[in-house]
Amino acid sequence: MKKVLMKGNEAVAEAAIMAGCRHYFGYPITPQNEIGAYMSARMPKIGGVFLQAESEISAINMVYGAAGAGKRVMTSSSSPGISLKTEGISYLCGADLPCVIVNIQRGGPGLGTIQPSQADYFQCVKGGGHGDYKTIVFAPSSVQEMADLAVEGFSAAEKYRMPVMILSDGTLGQMMEPVALKYPAPKLPTSDWAATGTQGKRKPNVINSLFLLCEQLESAVVSRFERYKTVVQNETRVEEYQTEDADICIVAFGISARVGRGAVNLARAQGLKVGLIRPITLWPFPSSTIEKAAQKVKAFLTVECSMGQMVEDVRLATAGKKPVHFFGKAGGTIPSPEQVLAEIIKIGGVK
Amino acid sequence: MAVTNYLLAGFGGQGVLFAGKFLANLGLIEGKYVSWLPSYGPEMRGGTCNCSVVVSDEPVGSPVVSAPDVLMVLNLPSLDKFENTVRAGGTIYMDTSFIERKPVRKDVKVVALKAAKEASENGMLGLANMILLGKLLADTAQTSINKALEESISAKRTDMLALNLKALAKGKSL
Repeated sequence: MKKVLMKGNEAVAEAAIMAGCRHYFGYPITPQNEIGAYMSARMPKIGGVFLQAESEISAINMVYGAAGAGKRVMTSSSSPGISLKTEGISYLCGADLPCVIVNIQRGGPGLGTIQPSQADYFQCVKGGGHGDYKTIVFAPSSVQEMADLAVEGFSAAEKYRMPVMILSDGTLGQMMEPVALKYPAPKLPTSDWAATGTQGKRKPNVINSLFLLCEQLESAVVSRFERYKTVVQNETRVEEYQTEDADICIVAFGISARVGRGAVNLARAQGLKVGLIRPITLWPFPSSTIEKAAQKVKAFLTVECSMGQMVEDVRLATAGKKPVHFFGKAGGTIPSPEQVLAEIIKIGGVK
Repeated sequence: MAVTNYLLAGFGGQGVLFAGKFLANLGLIEGKYVSWLPSYGPEMRGGTCNCSVVVSDEPVGSPVVSAPDVLMVLNLPSLDKFENTVRAGGTIYMDTSFIERKPVRKDVKVVALKAAKEASENGMLGLANMILLGKLLADTAQTSINKALEESISAKRTDMLALNLKALAKGKSL
């Protein structure tokens, strides 16, 4: 299939449409505005809904409504906007509603900067909102993967009845790369739990996250966590690059993984045995891959565009068996492969 | 592994992003891995802009070009900002219509054209970017150039195709 150049933001939007998403609610914020712009141009032509809400809070609650009605629905924003959406995300999880939420991260905290960042790891992977819940978090590292994971995101969201977050960043959203978008025709959900109208033939379905009796809430939460166990079993994804004989293993996701891959190539050219583990899902986190690597490598180097967030999950997975070093950049800056190589040499990468 | 890192910079409106898109499409047509990354930060709001293009035989790692093999600059602030970043042995393509000073670096090749002046004198106003690219791509197969241009120009602006080709040819001849 012929490849064309597309921005990550455009690719994720088109892929969502190809996956059968016909409802998009959002509010503008750089660096993800191409998603809304693309949806506003395409949705009216295909009988879909594009709606620019009055705020991110409003948009995520529109997602709640559409998801509750059994529709395939998406929203997108960037870091400060995701902060505003977290209340709604908690409610979506509490009501077991599927949707896809795209976060094109920018530097924070606060209004921060519009430049790329990965400092929303804790927010998106560990919750952000209140209560016991998880969201599946995909971390694409190319424009093609932004599209592919959006398509798979809808399936996973509906299969497990939970929100899926695409955790990307300003670089991947703004950059163009060759992509081929080809997916099987979408099988739209037949959600027997959705509030679609009873036609007088069945009991009403109720979409709700409120439980007045604590025993009922406990049982809902516990059964949700049983479901999460199957997500961990089925959906954990990871890519390894040159790890077979690696002494030092870089762990990085998204844009940092691309930098890490460049650093592996530089290191290998100098005869250093360096590999890369790239989590594709951040929750569920590929702990077992890292645990296994800990038996062979001498040390890990976690690389992030933050002051160090995923590194905590890498340390948990290694359980103190091997040193886990960290190299990061903050405030919207991205490390270079050369800087990562220098760090590898500093922590004892030898020929 | 062959990889070329391009950095293109100038004022907004000088066609820096388009020139980069054209280079990326050209790489794609020639079977390479490519990436195109625009500056979208505060510099964009201030009127100058730049973009990174990587054309490689292997999957592109970081799309951020911090040490370009080829730097193309269309204004003085861009030369001032990026001259020192060029890899030793690299090349600077510059439009001397607006840049009065010469590069200080002695370890890089410099290709200097009065591209904007040529453009306005030959009925190609605003196509200094393509004149410089014509020079840069003098050895590239014409069929690839034609295809890349078709891919890069939006369906609404196909009237610009002939003029862009003319500008590329002009640059090649200089």
